[in-house]
Amino acid sequence: MAVGQNVLRKEGYEKLTGAARYIDDITLDGMLHGKTIRSSIPCGRIKSITFDPDYDWSRIVVADYRDIPGNNYVALIENDQPLLAETEIRHCEEPILLIAAESKHEAEVAARHIRIEYEESPPVLTIEEALEGDRIIYGSDNIFKSFLIARGDVDEGFKQAHTIVEGEYRVPHQEQLYIEPQGMIAIPGDNAMTVMGSMQCPYYIHKALKHVFNLSDEQVIVIQTTTGGGFGGKEEYPSVIAAHAALLAHKAGRPVKLVYDRAEDIAATPKRHPGIIRHRTGVTKEGQLVASEIDILFDGGAYVTLSPVVLSRGAIHALGPYRCDNVRITARAVATNTPPNGAFRGFGAPQVTFAYEMQMEKVAAKLILDSVTIRQINMLREGDITATGQRLNWSVGSEDVFNAVVDRKKFFEKRGNAADKSDLRGKLYGIGLSFFFHGAGFTGSGEAKMKAQAGIGITPEGRARVLSGSTEIGQGTRTIFSQIVADELGIGCDDVEVEEPDTSRVPDSGPTVASRTCMVVGRVVQLAAYEVKQKLLRFVAERYGDADVKLIEGRFDANGKELASFSEIARAYLDLRGELKAYASYANPPGIEWDDETYTGDAYPVFSWGAMVAEVEVDPVTWAVTVTKITTAQDIGRAINPVLAAGQIEGGTLQAVGYGVLEELVWNRGRIINNQLTNYIIPTSLDAPEIETIIIEKEYPHGPFGAKGVGELPMDGAAPAIALAVYDAVGHFVTEIPITPERLMVVAG
Amino acid sequence: MSFSPSLGFAKLFLPSPSLLNFMALDSTAFSPTSLDEAYELLTRFVSQAKIIAGGTDLMVLMNARQLNAERFIDIWALNELRGISDEGETIRIGALTTYTQLIKSPLIQLHAPALAEASRTIGAIQIQNRGTIGGNIVNASPAGDSLPVLAAFDAEVEVGSVRGVRRIGFNEFYTGYRKTVMAADEIVLAVRAPKLKPGERSFFYKVGTRRAQAISKIVMAVKAKTTDGMINSINISLGSVAPTVIRAPQTESLLANATLNDEVIWQAATHLSKEVSPITDMRSTEHYRRKVARNALAKILSQMV
Ligand SMILES: Cc1cc2nc3c(=O)[nH]c(=O)nc-3n(C[C@H](O)[C@H](O)[C@H](O)COP(=O)(O)OP(=O)(O)OC[C@H]3O[C@@H](n4cnc5c(N)ncnc54)[C@H](O)[C@@H]3O)c2cc1C
Repeated sequence: MAVGQNVLRKEGYEKLTGAARYIDDITLDGMLHGKTIRSSIPCGRIKSITFDPDYDWSRIVVADYRDIPGNNYVALIENDQPLLAETEIRHCEEPILLIAAESKHEAEVAARHIRIEYEESPPVLTIEEALEGDRIIYGSDNIFKSFLIARGDVDEGFKQAHTIVEGEYRVPHQEQLYIEPQGMIAIPGDNAMTVMGSMQCPYYIHKALKHVFNLSDEQVIVIQTTTGGGFGGKEEYPSVIAAHAALLAHKAGRPVKLVYDRAEDIAATPKRHPGIIRHRTGVTKEGQLVASEIDILFDGGAYVTLSPVVLSRGAIHALGPYRCDNVRITARAVATNTPPNGAFRGFGAPQVTFAYEMQMEKVAAKLILDSVTIRQINMLREGDITATGQRLNWSVGSEDVFNAVVDRKKFFEKRGNAADKSDLRGKLYGIGLSFFFHGAGFTGSGEAKMKAQAGIGITPEGRARVLSGSTEIGQGTRTIFSQIVADELGIGCDDVEVEEPDTSRVPDSGPTVASRTCMVVGRVVQLAAYEVKQKLLRFVAERYGDADVKLIEGRFDANGKELASFSEIARAYLDLRGELKAYASYANPPGIEWDDETYTGDAYPVFSWGAMVAEVEVDPVTWAVTVTKITTAQDIGRAINPVLAAGQIEGGTLQAVGYGVLEELVWNRGRIINNQLTNYIIPTSLDAPEIETIIIEKEYPHGPFGAKGVGELPMDGAAPAIALAVYDAVGHFVTEIPITPERLMVVAG
Repeated sequence: MSFSPSLGFAKLFLPSPSLLNFMALDSTAFSPTSLDEAYELLTRFVSQAKIIAGGTDLMVLMNARQLNAERFIDIWALNELRGISDEGETIRIGALTTYTQLIKSPLIQLHAPALAEASRTIGAIQIQNRGTIGGNIVNASPAGDSLPVLAAFDAEVEVGSVRGVRRIGFNEFYTGYRKTVMAADEIVLAVRAPKLKPGERSFFYKVGTRRAQAISKIVMAVKAKTTDGMINSINISLGSVAPTVIRAPQTESLLANATLNDEVIWQAATHLSKEVSPITDMRSTEHYRRKVARNALAKILSQMV
């Protein structure tokens, strides 16, 4: 068996030895270097664009919106984001012009000879300003999208409540900070366009390019190159860069490379949505939730982009992994004159998780209940019903994860340790916990509509080849796909290849997002492998009469007699019948239903579950929070590759430590001013706590070998667990992250 | 010696391809092999030329295209600017001394331990191997971590040019934000720090934005002589709370000849928080910097009791 083994990464050797080629390592003959000219104001109109008459423009290719052969928008949900601004400016760093030159340096110099004048209007920069409505920048009320989730009767619930607790929580922007900045190379063809680069979702780019250039499916080819991380940051924005590079390439008739440096990448590309989340919770004397009213506000930035789906996931997760029969969740994403916010690991869930876990603790404190008991009383268990009315029928690891990390006795012993709180000499110790869940796959009817496809082909050498649009972005797609296929076919992992994601060669498996690659696409890959196996079994049966054919450990048997190896039979098949390929597509498991109108039903086919204990030290001199240890248990169904799964959990947890205590974008009039690694502070190895990971495997009957999602769940739990440990250490309840020393000092007075 | 336009005395420094990417294409870099050559180059190019030592400040600027120097004078080969030597009352530290060398030096550990401590907090290992004390001094950032130590030690900067060598008291070296008293054609040769005298101790305290690779939000160094809990003399200096590294003369005189107890410590620390003039910037707030200046001094003073 390959599944469950720590099979080495398929592409690990190339990455370790430096042989892997990232987009900026690639140079093509005749290639030009592109640069994006962006707005320096958050809101207004372009008055004039002046090209310095003394500069030699004959060497420079310049493109603006008038050069777009098709539609001037980036195709996504609403198509409201222009590829290049025409006159209206809606956010700082909005692309206006594109230039290309023989060298990057020359493009930089040329850019300094362009002057853009604006007529500025007062911008809308915050959620509060968007709601005040003094200035309308979208629709009639600055609201991109709103949702209502209602269950039971909240008013009745509050009447039954013994205590009502209110809370308001604030969460910030966050930058994905993949190691490799974004970049693309476009190669123009005769009525065709090929783009390659760093990306998560080749078919998103494929679609965007078709709209920009009025080309057909076959005329556009998108190829993923080795990608140095994504975290959601390479979900939607690469479409913009690809189309920009392609527009320059189209105009120049030559290949064009467009690679961002770190400063441009941080300043211009999407961030995690900041938000304000308000809770009003009714509980009985014993601590049982009887009414919950939650209001979510996310700042979507200047264009709709992915805000509706981020908001929807936020709303669905807002109550947390808790039972409550009377719920009203309202959620709104507002427009502001800031760069659009978008996909980031967790996709709306980390924001609401911080809020509901802080609120849970507040409720407990009000009732003089402890952190453990309040969660045990309200925890969703198998057979329980969620806020959208989903009955949890399978793979519910809630109690398992909770019990794996929360040892009541030890937890409260450590709490007791929090010694003298006023001594400048010693550090203040604190411990806190969080409990959370994450729906895997697209929300609601997403997967049913998407019908993700993947296939298995047989190579001339008789090896299996995975055909899928899912990308390797460091998380292990290629490795786990080969493990799944190896076991389905009964062959070794080394006999499975994974095709490069190239839209001319692989089907649309949907984007590499939403913790769906293993659970959803992995399942489809498994089904396709099953099809291939059946074809080969039938082929062998036909050739050997009506024999009882089996495929065992890479060998075909007929009537108990060993015939030949998998690859021999596979090659024989190719010789006699030509190609061997099978495709499969995704369908939700039986009984999974969702109603988009009422926002009720099975929001996800299954949830992954997590619990976490964080331990911190607060320095009374500086108020700096050091996270010393995190212990977490996460139920992910089945770890196809335990080392990779633990890597996801540790990495996600550390990214969430940054979210909780360090990472903060500094804005000045709609513009990010700390767009460098010096001042956008993410954890270094010294800031990383010891992380103890416990993987719980409550198998999901409809996932590949029982697997569920693991990519995003680890991002959800750390911020509240840390904030609650800080609460334990200093006695102050922090309702806004990151808990920087400056913020903590103010809260603590 | 006269300047030769053929540049016969200076090897043309050929940047590696990766270095070339960062440099303006019309720039030229020189690698003098003696101080005199370096002086000549500086005289020739004066303000068009930029000295490059470890490059750990300069390269960041270049990468961000915030530096448009036309010529670079790479002084890395000038071995006369290296070395830590015992000069009796003082320790002389060559301008090209790296943080790693400071950390490892027994002379520094013994006679100026706060400087070794400061060096350990700078960047991370790569930066410590390459960054120099001369670069830290001339870069003149108010957040430079070695600077408060040099200020608290009343160090002296030794500066040279074709005109000769002069010595400048460290506390007279900076004239404003990123401004020094140096002329454009001068090179820092060394810095001299008086050795700790019997009964004297030095302290260093840095508050960065995180635990490594962190610019200081506030940084403090103290040198003091105490006998039986009484302060005989004390020098307090801070970075990141003013346009330049500063001393805190009022707090120093408040503490001079004081006997340390909780009340005195708290009074002095509170006074310090008023004496400094920090600002709010993208790394921290004025409020925070004042409070932490107070806490840090209180912590240091309580270690003296
Ligand atoms: C990742 C990173 C982390 C860092 N962390 C810290 C930190 O924690 N604390 C800190 O204080 N600094 C830090 N720095 C800044 C930097 O490393 C230090 O300031 C270092 O001491 C600079 O020395 P250098 O030799 O590299 O200077 P260079 O970059 O070579 O030069 C800096 C400036 O000094 C001038 N110069 C250099 N030497 C001389 C000389 N002998 N005579 C005249 N002029 C000279 C140059 O012309 C230039 O203007 C960090 C930098 C980086 C990139």
